[in-house]
Amino acid sequence: MLRPGSRRRPWTFYGLAAFFTLYVLFLYGPMSAIFILSFQGPTGGLTFPMNGVSLHWFSALFGQQRTGDFAGSFTRSIVLAVIVLAITVVVSVMAGLAFRRRFLGSTLVFYMAIFSLIIPGLLLGLGVGLMFQFLGIKPSWYSSALGAQLTWTLPFGLLIMFAVFSRFNPAYEEAARDLGARYWQTLWNVVLPILLPGIIAVALFGFTLSYDEFPRTLIPIGSRNTLPLEIWAMTTNVTSPALYALGTLTTAISFVAIAIALTSIALIQRRRTRRGTRADAGD
Amino acid sequence: MPARRSNTSRLRLHHLLVAPFASLLLVFFGVPLALVVVVSFFDLDQFDIIPTFVLTNYVELFGSSLTYTLYANTIKYAVIVWAITLVIGFTVSYFLVFHVRPFLLQLALFLLCTVPFWTSNVIRMISWIPFLGRNGIFNQSLIALGIVDQPLEFLLFSDFAVVIAYVHLFSLFMIAPIFNSMARIDPAVIEAAVDAGAGRFRVIREIVVPLSKTGIAMGSIFVVALVMGDFFVVKIMSGGQSASVVLAMSNETAVLQYPPAAASAVVLLLVVTAMVVGILRIVDVRRELAG
Repeated sequence: MLRPGSRRRPWTFYGLAAFFTLYVLFLYGPMSAIFILSFQGPTGGLTFPMNGVSLHWFSALFGQQRTGDFAGSFTRSIVLAVIVLAITVVVSVMAGLAFRRRFLGSTLVFYMAIFSLIIPGLLLGLGVGLMFQFLGIKPSWYSSALGAQLTWTLPFGLLIMFAVFSRFNPAYEEAARDLGARYWQTLWNVVLPILLPGIIAVALFGFTLSYDEFPRTLIPIGSRNTLPLEIWAMTTNVTSPALYALGTLTTAISFVAIAIALTSIALIQRRRTRRGTRADAGD
Repeated sequence: MPARRSNTSRLRLHHLLVAPFASLLLVFFGVPLALVVVVSFFDLDQFDIIPTFVLTNYVELFGSSLTYTLYANTIKYAVIVWAITLVIGFTVSYFLVFHVRPFLLQLALFLLCTVPFWTSNVIRMISWIPFLGRNGIFNQSLIALGIVDQPLEFLLFSDFAVVIAYVHLFSLFMIAPIFNSMARIDPAVIEAAVDAGAGRFRVIREIVVPLSKTGIAMGSIFVVALVMGDFFVVKIMSGGQSASVVLAMSNETAVLQYPPAAASAVVLLLVVTAMVVGILRIVDVRRELAG
Protein backbone atom coordinates (compact mmCIF):
# COMPACT_ATOMS: atom_id res chain seq x y z
CA MET A 1 0.00 0.00 0.00
CA LEU A 2 1.55 3.28 -1.04
CA ARG A 3 1.00 5.86 1.61
CA PRO A 4 1.42 9.56 0.94
CA GLY A 5 4.11 9.92 3.61
CA SER A 6 6.19 6.87 2.78
CA ARG A 7 9.37 7.22 0.70
CA ARG A 8 10.48 3.66 0.01
CA ARG A 9 8.44 1.57 -2.38
CA PRO A 10 7.16 -1.63 -0.75
CA TRP A 11 8.40 -4.96 -2.20
CA THR A 12 4.94 -5.64 -3.57
CA PHE A 13 5.38 -2.70 -5.93
CA TYR A 14 8.09 -4.49 -7.90
CA GLY A 15 6.18 -7.77 -8.03
CA LEU A 16 3.04 -6.04 -9.24
CA ALA A 17 4.96 -3.87 -11.71
CA ALA A 18 6.53 -7.00 -13.21
CA PHE A 19 3.10 -8.62 -13.49
CA PHE A 20 1.73 -5.52 -15.20
CA THR A 21 4.65 -5.37 -17.65
CA LEU A 22 4.16 -9.03 -18.59
CA TYR A 23 0.47 -8.39 -19.15
CA VAL A 24 1.17 -5.46 -21.46
CA LEU A 25 3.67 -7.58 -23.42
CA PHE A 26 1.01 -10.29 -23.66
CA LEU A 27 -1.44 -7.70 -25.02
CA TYR A 28 0.83 -6.09 -27.59
CA GLY A 29 3.40 -8.77 -28.46
CA PRO A 30 1.38 -10.92 -30.86
CA MET A 31 -0.23 -7.87 -32.45
CA SER A 32 3.11 -6.30 -33.22
CA ALA A 33 4.23 -9.58 -34.80
CA ILE A 34 1.49 -9.44 -37.42
CA PHE A 35 2.17 -5.75 -38.13
CA ILE A 36 5.77 -6.67 -38.94
CA LEU A 37 4.72 -9.74 -40.94
CA SER A 38 2.33 -7.68 -43.09
CA PHE A 39 5.43 -6.12 -44.68
CA GLN A 40 6.64 -9.53 -45.90
CA GLY A 41 8.33 -9.78 -49.28
CA PRO A 42 6.25 -11.19 -52.17
CA THR A 43 7.57 -14.72 -51.50
CA GLY A 44 7.15 -14.49 -47.73
CA GLY A 45 4.82 -16.71 -45.73
CA LEU A 46 2.58 -16.49 -42.68
CA THR A 47 5.41 -16.83 -40.12
CA PHE A 48 8.89 -15.53 -39.53
CA PRO A 49 11.50 -15.26 -41.01
CA MET A 50 10.85 -12.26 -43.21
CA ASN A 51 11.61 -12.86 -46.89
CA GLY A 52 12.51 -9.27 -47.66
CA VAL A 53 10.46 -6.20 -46.94
CA SER A 54 7.76 -4.89 -49.28
CA LEU A 55 4.34 -3.34 -49.58
CA HIS A 56 3.34 -6.23 -51.87
CA TRP A 57 0.56 -7.54 -49.61
CA PHE A 58 -0.95 -4.12 -49.14
CA SER A 59 -1.21 -3.60 -52.89
CA ALA A 60 -2.58 -7.15 -53.21
CA LEU A 61 -5.49 -6.01 -51.02
CA PHE A 62 -6.62 -3.59 -53.68
CA GLY A 63 -6.53 -6.21 -56.41
CA GLN A 64 -10.06 -7.67 -56.56
CA GLN A 65 -9.18 -11.33 -57.01
CA ARG A 66 -7.83 -12.01 -53.57
CA THR A 67 -10.01 -10.22 -51.10
CA GLY A 68 -13.32 -9.57 -52.77
CA ASP A 69 -14.93 -6.18 -52.32
CA PHE A 70 -12.36 -4.55 -50.06
CA ALA A 71 -12.93 -0.88 -50.94
CA GLY A 72 -16.73 -1.20 -50.82
CA SER A 73 -16.81 -3.01 -47.48
CA PHE A 74 -14.34 -0.53 -46.03
CA THR A 75 -16.50 2.46 -47.03
CA ARG A 76 -19.63 0.80 -45.67
CA SER A 77 -17.91 0.08 -42.36
CA ILE A 78 -16.76 3.68 -41.93
CA VAL A 79 -20.18 5.16 -42.83
CA LEU A 80 -21.98 2.70 -40.58
CA ALA A 81 -19.58 3.42 -37.70
CA VAL A 82 -20.21 7.18 -38.02
CA ILE A 83 -24.00 6.66 -37.99
CA VAL A 84 -23.69 4.37 -34.94
CA LEU A 85 -21.45 6.94 -33.22
CA ALA A 86 -23.99 9.74 -33.73
CA ILE A 87 -26.98 7.71 -32.51
CA THR A 88 -25.05 6.24 -29.58
CA VAL A 89 -23.84 9.63 -28.32
CA VAL A 90 -27.24 11.34 -28.46
CA VAL A 91 -29.33 8.44 -27.18
CA SER A 92 -27.07 7.21 -24.41
CA VAL A 93 -26.27 10.70 -23.06
CA MET A 94 -30.03 11.34 -22.84
CA ALA A 95 -30.54 7.98 -21.12
CA GLY A 96 -27.62 8.70 -18.77
CA LEU A 97 -29.30 11.97 -17.74
CA ALA A 98 -32.58 10.15 -17.14
CA PHE A 99 -30.91 7.53 -14.94
CA ARG A 100 -29.70 10.14 -12.47
CA ARG A 101 -33.06 9.76 -10.73
CA ARG A 102 -35.07 6.62 -10.22
CA PHE A 103 -38.12 6.66 -12.45
CA LEU A 104 -40.94 4.25 -13.07
CA GLY A 105 -39.49 1.40 -15.11
CA SER A 106 -35.85 2.38 -14.59
CA THR A 107 -34.95 -1.05 -13.24
CA LEU A 108 -36.61 -2.69 -16.23
CA VAL A 109 -34.71 -0.52 -18.72
CA PHE A 110 -31.47 -1.12 -16.82
CA TYR A 111 -31.80 -4.90 -16.99
CA MET A 112 -32.87 -4.76 -20.62
CA ALA A 113 -29.63 -2.86 -21.32
CA ILE A 114 -27.51 -5.36 -19.39
CA PHE A 115 -29.07 -8.35 -21.14
CA SER A 116 -28.80 -6.65 -24.52
CA LEU A 117 -25.07 -6.32 -23.81
CA ILE A 118 -24.43 -9.87 -22.72
CA ILE A 119 -26.72 -11.77 -25.09
CA PRO A 120 -24.54 -13.90 -27.42
CA GLY A 121 -24.02 -11.74 -30.50
CA LEU A 122 -24.90 -14.36 -33.06
CA LEU A 123 -28.16 -15.08 -31.24
CA LEU A 124 -29.16 -11.41 -31.33
CA GLY A 125 -28.29 -11.33 -35.03
CA LEU A 126 -30.47 -14.37 -35.61
CA GLY A 127 -33.41 -12.58 -33.95
CA VAL A 128 -32.96 -9.39 -35.96
CA GLY A 129 -32.64 -11.44 -39.16
CA LEU A 130 -35.87 -13.30 -38.35
CA MET A 131 -37.66 -10.02 -37.60
CA PHE A 132 -36.76 -8.59 -41.01
CA GLN A 133 -37.70 -11.85 -42.70
CA PHE A 134 -41.16 -11.79 -41.06
CA LEU A 135 -41.65 -8.13 -41.90
CA GLY A 136 -40.70 -8.88 -45.49
CA ILE A 137 -37.95 -6.22 -45.48
CA LYS A 138 -34.66 -7.04 -47.15
CA PRO A 139 -31.89 -6.93 -44.54
CA SER A 140 -29.05 -4.49 -45.26
CA TRP A 141 -26.10 -2.90 -43.54
CA TYR A 142 -27.89 0.42 -42.95
CA SER A 143 -31.09 -1.05 -41.47
CA SER A 144 -30.94 -4.48 -39.83
CA ALA A 145 -27.17 -4.49 -39.23
CA LEU A 146 -27.35 -0.93 -37.85
CA GLY A 147 -30.07 -1.97 -35.40
CA ALA A 148 -28.14 -5.08 -34.34
CA GLN A 149 -25.03 -2.99 -33.65
CA LEU A 150 -26.99 -0.47 -31.56
CA THR A 151 -27.99 -3.24 -29.13
CA TRP A 152 -24.26 -3.48 -28.37
CA THR A 153 -23.15 0.19 -28.42
CA LEU A 154 -26.12 1.80 -26.60
CA PRO A 155 -25.79 -0.23 -23.36
CA PHE A 156 -22.04 0.43 -23.45
CA GLY A 157 -22.71 4.14 -23.81
CA LEU A 158 -25.07 3.98 -20.81
CA LEU A 159 -22.49 2.20 -18.63
CA ILE A 160 -19.90 4.85 -19.51
CA MET A 161 -22.40 7.57 -18.64
CA PHE A 162 -22.87 5.88 -15.22
CA ALA A 163 -19.11 6.02 -14.67
CA VAL A 164 -19.03 9.65 -15.83
CA PHE A 165 -21.91 10.75 -13.59
CA SER A 166 -20.45 8.98 -10.58
CA ARG A 167 -17.55 11.44 -10.77
CA PHE A 168 -19.73 14.46 -11.58
CA ASN A 169 -20.06 17.09 -8.87
CA PRO A 170 -23.68 18.31 -8.79
CA ALA A 171 -22.63 21.48 -6.95
CA TYR A 172 -22.02 23.26 -10.30
CA GLU A 173 -25.50 22.38 -11.42
CA GLU A 174 -27.02 23.57 -8.16
CA ALA A 175 -25.05 26.81 -8.39
CA ALA A 176 -26.41 27.42 -11.90
CA ARG A 177 -29.93 26.76 -10.71
CA ASP A 178 -29.50 29.03 -7.70
CA LEU A 179 -28.40 31.75 -10.10
CA GLY A 180 -31.72 31.35 -11.91
CA ALA A 181 -30.81 29.12 -14.87
CA ARG A 182 -33.60 26.98 -16.21
CA TYR A 183 -33.26 23.21 -16.64
CA TRP A 184 -32.23 23.31 -20.30
CA GLN A 185 -29.88 26.25 -19.75
CA THR A 186 -28.16 24.40 -16.92
CA LEU A 187 -27.94 21.28 -19.06
CA TRP A 188 -26.57 22.99 -22.16
CA ASN A 189 -24.26 25.55 -20.52
CA VAL A 190 -23.08 23.72 -17.40
CA VAL A 191 -23.67 19.98 -17.33
CA LEU A 192 -22.84 18.98 -20.92
CA PRO A 193 -19.61 21.03 -21.17
CA ILE A 194 -18.38 19.46 -17.92
CA LEU A 195 -19.28 16.01 -19.25
CA LEU A 196 -17.69 16.60 -22.67
CA PRO A 197 -14.64 14.35 -22.14
CA GLY A 198 -16.94 11.51 -21.08
CA ILE A 199 -19.15 12.13 -24.10
CA ILE A 200 -16.10 11.89 -26.38
CA ALA A 201 -15.33 8.55 -24.72
CA VAL A 202 -18.86 7.37 -25.57
CA ALA A 203 -18.28 8.50 -29.17
CA LEU A 204 -15.01 6.55 -29.34
CA PHE A 205 -16.77 3.43 -28.08
CA GLY A 206 -19.64 3.92 -30.52
CA PHE A 207 -17.28 4.23 -33.47
CA THR A 208 -14.82 1.45 -32.69
CA LEU A 209 -17.37 -1.07 -31.42
CA SER A 210 -19.33 -0.66 -34.63
CA TYR A 211 -16.28 -0.56 -36.90
CA ASP A 212 -15.00 -3.89 -35.52
CA GLU A 213 -18.33 -5.59 -34.77
CA PHE A 214 -19.08 -8.87 -36.45
CA PRO A 215 -20.96 -11.58 -34.45
CA ARG A 216 -24.16 -9.49 -34.28
CA THR A 217 -23.80 -8.24 -37.85
CA LEU A 218 -23.10 -11.64 -39.43
CA ILE A 219 -26.69 -12.82 -39.97
CA PRO A 220 -28.60 -9.53 -40.55
CA ILE A 221 -26.02 -7.94 -42.90
CA GLY A 222 -27.85 -8.63 -46.15
CA SER A 223 -25.95 -8.94 -49.40
CA ARG A 224 -23.15 -6.40 -48.88
CA ASN A 225 -20.49 -7.07 -46.26
CA THR A 226 -18.83 -4.75 -43.80
CA LEU A 227 -15.05 -4.95 -43.37
CA PRO A 228 -14.98 -7.25 -40.29
CA LEU A 229 -17.14 -9.73 -42.20
CA GLU A 230 -14.69 -9.62 -45.13
CA ILE A 231 -11.88 -10.27 -42.65
CA TRP A 232 -13.83 -13.14 -41.13
CA ALA A 233 -14.31 -14.67 -44.57
CA MET A 234 -10.58 -14.23 -45.23
CA THR A 235 -9.50 -16.03 -42.05
CA THR A 236 -10.99 -19.24 -43.38
CA ASN A 237 -9.77 -19.09 -46.98
CA VAL A 238 -6.80 -16.71 -47.33
CA THR A 239 -3.44 -18.13 -46.28
CA SER A 240 -1.14 -15.29 -47.32
CA PRO A 241 0.20 -12.22 -45.51
CA ALA A 242 -2.56 -10.21 -47.28
CA LEU A 243 -4.64 -11.08 -44.22
CA TYR A 244 -2.03 -9.44 -41.99
CA ALA A 245 -1.88 -6.41 -44.28
CA LEU A 246 -5.62 -5.99 -43.87
CA GLY A 247 -5.20 -6.41 -40.12
CA THR A 248 -2.54 -3.72 -40.03
CA LEU A 249 -4.70 -1.33 -42.08
CA THR A 250 -7.84 -1.80 -40.03
CA THR A 251 -5.89 -1.47 -36.77
CA ALA A 252 -4.33 1.74 -38.10
CA ILE A 253 -7.85 3.14 -38.65
CA SER A 254 -8.79 2.21 -35.08
CA PHE A 255 -5.62 3.89 -33.81
CA VAL A 256 -6.50 7.09 -35.70
CA ALA A 257 -9.95 7.10 -34.06
CA ILE A 258 -8.39 6.51 -30.62
CA ALA A 259 -5.80 9.25 -31.20
CA ILE A 260 -8.44 11.79 -32.27
CA ALA A 261 -10.59 11.01 -29.22
CA LEU A 262 -7.77 11.02 -26.67
CA THR A 263 -6.14 14.16 -28.09
CA SER A 264 -9.37 16.10 -27.95
CA ILE A 265 -10.00 14.95 -24.36
CA ALA A 266 -6.45 16.01 -23.41
CA LEU A 267 -6.88 19.41 -25.12
CA ILE A 268 -10.15 20.06 -23.29
CA GLN A 269 -8.58 19.12 -19.96
CA ARG A 270 -5.57 21.32 -20.58
CA ARG A 271 -7.70 24.31 -21.58
CA ARG A 272 -9.72 23.74 -18.46
CA THR A 273 -6.68 23.73 -16.17
CA ARG A 274 -5.30 26.85 -17.88
CA ARG A 275 -8.58 28.71 -17.51
CA GLY A 276 -8.85 27.48 -13.96
CA THR A 277 -5.43 28.87 -13.08
CA ARG A 278 -6.15 32.18 -14.76
CA ALA A 279 -9.39 32.52 -12.85
CA ASP A 280 -7.58 31.78 -9.61
CA ALA A 281 -4.91 34.36 -10.44
CA GLY A 282 -7.56 36.95 -11.20
CA ASP A 283 -9.11 36.63 -7.76
CA MET B 1 -48.63 22.06 -4.61
CA PRO B 2 -46.17 23.74 -7.02
CA ALA B 3 -43.38 21.54 -5.69
CA ARG B 4 -45.48 18.48 -6.41
CA ARG B 5 -46.24 19.56 -9.96
CA SER B 6 -42.58 20.17 -10.70
CA ASN B 7 -41.90 16.70 -9.35
CA THR B 8 -44.26 15.02 -11.81
CA SER B 9 -43.00 17.09 -14.74
CA ARG B 10 -39.46 16.13 -13.77
CA LEU B 11 -40.57 12.53 -13.79
CA ARG B 12 -42.11 12.94 -17.23
CA LEU B 13 -38.88 14.55 -18.41
CA HIS B 14 -36.92 11.51 -17.31
CA HIS B 15 -39.23 9.23 -19.23
CA LEU B 16 -38.84 11.46 -22.28
CA LEU B 17 -35.05 11.32 -21.97
CA VAL B 18 -34.93 7.56 -21.72
CA ALA B 19 -37.59 6.93 -24.40
CA PRO B 20 -35.28 6.71 -27.47
CA PHE B 21 -32.93 4.37 -25.61
CA ALA B 22 -35.73 2.13 -24.38
CA SER B 23 -37.54 2.02 -27.73
CA LEU B 24 -34.41 1.20 -29.75
CA LEU B 25 -33.61 -1.66 -27.39
CA LEU B 26 -37.20 -2.85 -27.45
CA VAL B 27 -37.28 -2.95 -31.26
CA PHE B 28 -33.84 -4.43 -31.88
CA PHE B 29 -33.42 -6.54 -28.74
CA GLY B 30 -36.83 -7.25 -27.19
CA VAL B 31 -38.77 -8.10 -30.35
CA PRO B 32 -35.99 -10.19 -31.98
CA LEU B 33 -35.55 -12.11 -28.73
CA ALA B 34 -39.28 -12.86 -28.59
CA LEU B 35 -39.15 -14.00 -32.23
CA VAL B 36 -36.32 -16.41 -31.49
CA VAL B 37 -38.47 -17.95 -28.74
CA VAL B 38 -41.47 -18.20 -31.08
CA VAL B 39 -39.46 -19.70 -33.96
CA SER B 40 -37.95 -22.30 -31.64
CA PHE B 41 -41.40 -23.93 -31.60
CA PHE B 42 -41.80 -23.86 -35.39
CA ASP B 43 -41.38 -26.88 -37.58
CA LEU B 44 -38.97 -27.30 -40.44
CA ASP B 45 -39.69 -28.90 -43.80
CA GLN B 46 -36.50 -29.15 -45.85
CA PHE B 47 -35.68 -25.43 -45.90
CA ASP B 48 -39.09 -23.92 -45.24
CA ILE B 49 -40.13 -22.76 -41.80
CA ILE B 50 -43.62 -23.96 -40.93
CA PRO B 51 -45.42 -21.72 -38.40
CA THR B 52 -46.95 -24.21 -35.98
CA PHE B 53 -46.36 -25.34 -32.43
CA VAL B 54 -44.11 -28.36 -32.02
CA LEU B 55 -41.60 -29.42 -29.41
CA THR B 56 -39.51 -31.39 -31.93
CA ASN B 57 -36.60 -28.94 -31.82
CA TYR B 58 -36.31 -29.19 -28.05
CA VAL B 59 -36.83 -32.96 -27.99
CA GLU B 60 -34.04 -33.39 -30.53
CA LEU B 61 -31.80 -30.94 -28.70
CA PHE B 62 -32.12 -32.65 -25.34
CA GLY B 63 -32.06 -36.10 -26.91
CA SER B 64 -28.67 -35.55 -28.49
CA SER B 65 -25.59 -36.36 -26.44
CA LEU B 66 -23.72 -33.76 -28.51
CA THR B 67 -25.63 -31.01 -26.71
CA TYR B 68 -24.25 -32.05 -23.32
CA THR B 69 -20.72 -32.38 -24.68
CA LEU B 70 -20.96 -28.88 -26.15
CA TYR B 71 -22.23 -27.39 -22.89
CA ALA B 72 -19.58 -29.17 -20.83
CA ASN B 73 -16.92 -27.88 -23.20
CA THR B 74 -18.23 -24.29 -23.29
CA ILE B 75 -18.68 -24.11 -19.50
CA LYS B 76 -15.17 -25.52 -19.04
CA TYR B 77 -13.76 -22.66 -21.15
CA ALA B 78 -15.91 -20.12 -19.29
CA VAL B 79 -14.71 -21.24 -15.85
CA ILE B 80 -11.00 -21.38 -16.80
CA VAL B 81 -11.09 -18.00 -18.56
CA TRP B 82 -13.10 -16.44 -15.73
CA ALA B 83 -10.54 -17.54 -13.14
CA ILE B 84 -7.55 -16.30 -15.16
CA THR B 85 -9.11 -12.95 -16.08
CA LEU B 86 -10.23 -12.41 -12.49
CA VAL B 87 -6.64 -12.77 -11.25
CA ILE B 88 -5.34 -10.51 -14.04
CA GLY B 89 -8.15 -7.97 -13.59
CA PHE B 90 -7.72 -7.70 -9.84
CA THR B 91 -3.91 -7.60 -9.89
CA VAL B 92 -3.63 -5.05 -12.72
CA SER B 93 -6.30 -2.77 -11.21
CA TYR B 94 -4.78 -3.05 -7.73
CA PHE B 95 -1.36 -2.11 -9.09
CA LEU B 96 -2.70 0.84 -11.07
CA VAL B 97 -4.96 2.25 -8.37
CA PHE B 98 -2.82 1.80 -5.26
CA HIS B 99 0.75 1.83 -6.53
CA VAL B 100 0.92 4.21 -9.47
CA ARG B 101 1.24 7.95 -8.91
CA PRO B 102 0.70 10.56 -10.22
CA PHE B 103 -2.86 10.26 -11.46
CA LEU B 104 -1.92 11.05 -15.08
CA LEU B 105 0.51 8.12 -15.22
CA GLN B 106 -2.18 5.88 -13.73
CA LEU B 107 -4.60 6.99 -16.44
CA ALA B 108 -2.00 6.57 -19.18
CA LEU B 109 -1.20 2.99 -18.09
CA PHE B 110 -4.90 2.18 -17.87
CA LEU B 111 -5.36 3.48 -21.43
CA LEU B 112 -2.44 1.31 -22.52
CA CYS B 113 -4.49 -1.71 -21.42
CA THR B 114 -7.59 -0.36 -23.16
CA VAL B 115 -6.23 0.46 -26.62
CA PRO B 116 -6.22 -3.12 -28.03
CA PHE B 117 -9.85 -3.41 -27.02
CA TRP B 118 -10.72 -0.71 -29.57
CA THR B 119 -9.25 -2.76 -32.41
CA SER B 120 -10.58 -5.77 -34.31
CA ASN B 121 -11.14 -8.95 -32.27
CA VAL B 122 -10.59 -11.18 -35.28
CA ILE B 123 -7.26 -9.57 -36.06
CA ARG B 124 -6.13 -9.81 -32.43
CA MET B 125 -7.11 -13.46 -32.43
CA ILE B 126 -5.28 -14.41 -35.63
CA SER B 127 -2.20 -12.55 -34.40
CA TRP B 128 -1.60 -15.56 -32.15
CA ILE B 129 -1.19 -17.84 -35.16
CA PRO B 130 2.34 -16.72 -36.19
CA PHE B 131 3.18 -16.62 -32.50
CA LEU B 132 2.04 -20.07 -31.38
CA GLY B 133 2.41 -22.06 -34.62
CA ARG B 134 4.72 -25.02 -35.12
CA ASN B 135 7.37 -22.72 -36.61
CA GLY B 136 6.08 -19.76 -34.64
CA ILE B 137 7.98 -17.20 -32.63
CA PHE B 138 7.43 -18.98 -29.33
CA ASN B 139 8.66 -22.37 -30.54
CA GLN B 140 11.64 -20.84 -32.32
CA SER B 141 12.63 -18.98 -29.17
CA LEU B 142 12.30 -22.12 -27.06
CA ILE B 143 14.51 -24.09 -29.48
CA ALA B 144 17.04 -21.26 -29.75
CA LEU B 145 17.27 -21.13 -25.96
CA GLY B 146 17.74 -24.90 -25.87
CA ILE B 147 14.69 -25.46 -23.66
CA VAL B 148 13.12 -27.97 -26.06
CA ASP B 149 14.46 -29.95 -29.05
CA GLN B 150 11.19 -30.41 -30.89
CA PRO B 151 8.61 -27.69 -31.47
CA LEU B 152 5.73 -27.96 -28.99
CA GLU B 153 2.64 -29.15 -30.83
CA PHE B 154 -0.02 -28.28 -28.28
CA LEU B 155 0.45 -24.51 -28.55
CA LEU B 156 -1.74 -23.84 -31.57
CA PHE B 157 -5.05 -25.41 -32.60
CA SER B 158 -5.74 -26.70 -29.11
CA ASP B 159 -7.66 -25.85 -25.95
CA PHE B 160 -4.53 -23.99 -24.85
CA ALA B 161 -4.72 -21.67 -27.87
CA VAL B 162 -8.45 -21.12 -27.34
CA VAL B 163 -7.96 -20.11 -23.70
CA ILE B 164 -5.01 -17.83 -24.54
CA ALA B 165 -7.08 -16.04 -27.18
CA TYR B 166 -10.06 -15.66 -24.84
CA VAL B 167 -7.89 -14.18 -22.10
CA HIS B 168 -6.27 -11.85 -24.64
CA LEU B 169 -9.61 -10.68 -26.04
CA PHE B 170 -11.70 -10.48 -22.88
CA SER B 171 -9.42 -9.62 -19.93
CA LEU B 172 -10.11 -5.91 -20.36
CA PHE B 173 -13.78 -6.57 -19.62
CA MET B 174 -12.60 -7.64 -16.17
CA ILE B 175 -9.96 -4.92 -15.70
CA ALA B 176 -12.12 -1.90 -16.56
CA PRO B 177 -14.99 -2.47 -14.10
CA ILE B 178 -12.67 -3.52 -11.26
CA PHE B 179 -10.43 -0.50 -11.92
CA ASN B 180 -13.51 1.74 -11.87
CA SER B 181 -14.66 0.33 -8.51
CA MET B 182 -11.22 0.46 -6.90
CA ALA B 183 -10.54 4.01 -8.06
CA ARG B 184 -13.61 5.11 -6.12
CA ILE B 185 -12.40 3.69 -2.79
CA ASP B 186 -11.76 6.55 -0.38
CA PRO B 187 -8.01 6.46 0.50
CA ALA B 188 -8.92 7.64 4.02
CA VAL B 189 -10.59 4.28 4.72
CA ILE B 190 -7.38 2.44 3.89
CA GLU B 191 -5.25 4.90 5.87
CA ALA B 192 -7.48 4.37 8.86
CA ALA B 193 -7.12 0.60 8.58
CA VAL B 194 -3.34 0.85 8.26
CA ASP B 195 -3.17 3.22 11.22
CA ALA B 196 -5.24 0.77 13.23
CA GLY B 197 -2.58 -1.84 12.50
CA ALA B 198 -4.04 -3.83 9.61
CA GLY B 199 -1.48 -5.55 7.40
CA ARG B 200 -1.39 -5.38 3.60
CA PHE B 201 -3.33 -8.59 3.03
CA ARG B 202 -5.88 -7.82 5.68
CA VAL B 203 -6.55 -4.47 3.97
CA ILE B 204 -7.02 -6.27 0.67
CA ARG B 205 -9.30 -8.91 2.16
CA GLU B 206 -11.44 -6.68 4.33
CA ILE B 207 -11.51 -3.38 2.43
CA VAL B 208 -10.38 -3.61 -1.19
CA VAL B 209 -12.22 -6.82 -2.15
CA PRO B 210 -15.57 -5.91 -0.54
CA LEU B 211 -15.48 -2.39 -2.02
CA SER B 212 -14.58 -3.72 -5.49
CA LYS B 213 -17.33 -6.30 -5.57
CA THR B 214 -19.52 -4.37 -8.01
CA GLY B 215 -16.63 -4.28 -10.47
CA ILE B 216 -15.80 -7.94 -9.90
CA ALA B 217 -19.44 -8.86 -10.49
CA MET B 218 -19.73 -6.77 -13.67
CA GLY B 219 -16.46 -8.14 -15.01
CA SER B 220 -17.50 -11.71 -14.24
CA ILE B 221 -20.83 -11.22 -16.02
CA PHE B 222 -19.07 -9.86 -19.10
CA VAL B 223 -16.40 -12.56 -19.28
CA VAL B 224 -18.76 -15.48 -18.66
CA ALA B 225 -21.30 -14.17 -21.18
CA LEU B 226 -18.66 -13.43 -23.83
CA VAL B 227 -17.08 -16.88 -23.58
CA MET B 228 -20.48 -18.62 -23.52
CA GLY B 229 -21.53 -16.66 -26.62
CA ASP B 230 -18.35 -17.14 -28.65
CA PHE B 231 -18.09 -19.11 -31.85
CA PHE B 232 -15.22 -17.61 -33.83
CA VAL B 233 -12.35 -18.08 -31.36
CA VAL B 234 -13.19 -21.70 -30.79
CA LYS B 235 -13.57 -22.29 -34.53
CA ILE B 236 -10.22 -20.79 -35.58
CA MET B 237 -7.99 -21.36 -32.55
CA SER B 238 -8.97 -24.99 -31.94
CA GLY B 239 -8.40 -25.73 -35.62
CA GLY B 240 -11.76 -27.49 -35.79
CA GLN B 241 -10.90 -29.89 -32.96
CA SER B 242 -13.22 -28.30 -30.44
CA ALA B 243 -16.62 -26.66 -30.56
CA SER B 244 -18.91 -24.46 -28.52
CA VAL B 245 -22.67 -24.14 -28.22
CA VAL B 246 -22.85 -21.06 -30.45
CA LEU B 247 -20.49 -22.55 -33.05
CA ALA B 248 -22.92 -25.46 -33.46
CA MET B 249 -25.74 -22.91 -33.68
CA SER B 250 -23.92 -20.89 -36.33
CA ASN B 251 -23.43 -24.03 -38.41
CA GLU B 252 -27.20 -24.56 -38.31
CA THR B 253 -28.00 -20.98 -39.31
CA ALA B 254 -25.48 -21.22 -42.17
CA VAL B 255 -27.70 -23.90 -43.75
CA LEU B 256 -30.88 -22.00 -42.81
CA GLN B 257 -31.97 -24.48 -40.12
CA TYR B 258 -33.54 -21.65 -38.14
CA PRO B 259 -35.99 -23.49 -35.82
CA PRO B 260 -33.39 -25.89 -34.32
CA ALA B 261 -30.90 -23.01 -34.07
CA ALA B 262 -33.55 -20.93 -32.27
CA ALA B 263 -34.25 -23.76 -29.79
CA SER B 264 -30.55 -24.05 -29.08
CA ALA B 265 -30.41 -20.24 -28.67
CA VAL B 266 -33.27 -20.27 -26.14
CA VAL B 267 -31.60 -22.95 -24.02
CA LEU B 268 -28.26 -21.14 -24.13
CA LEU B 269 -29.93 -17.90 -23.13
CA LEU B 270 -31.58 -19.59 -20.15
CA VAL B 271 -28.23 -21.02 -19.05
CA VAL B 272 -26.42 -17.66 -19.41
CA THR B 273 -29.28 -15.86 -17.66
CA ALA B 274 -29.13 -18.31 -14.77
CA MET B 275 -25.40 -17.66 -14.41
CA VAL B 276 -25.86 -13.88 -14.53
CA VAL B 277 -28.77 -13.92 -12.09
CA GLY B 278 -26.60 -16.01 -9.77
CA ILE B 279 -23.92 -13.31 -9.84
CA LEU B 280 -26.50 -10.52 -9.45
CA ARG B 281 -27.97 -12.23 -6.39
CA ILE B 282 -24.60 -11.93 -4.71
CA VAL B 283 -24.07 -8.29 -5.71
CA ASP B 284 -26.79 -5.72 -6.40
CA VAL B 285 -25.10 -4.14 -9.39
CA ARG B 286 -28.05 -1.91 -10.23
CA ARG B 287 -28.01 -0.12 -6.88
CA GLU B 288 -24.28 0.40 -6.83
CA LEU B 289 -23.92 1.52 -10.45
CA ALA B 290 -26.83 3.82 -11.05
CA GLY B 291 -27.19 5.07 -7.49
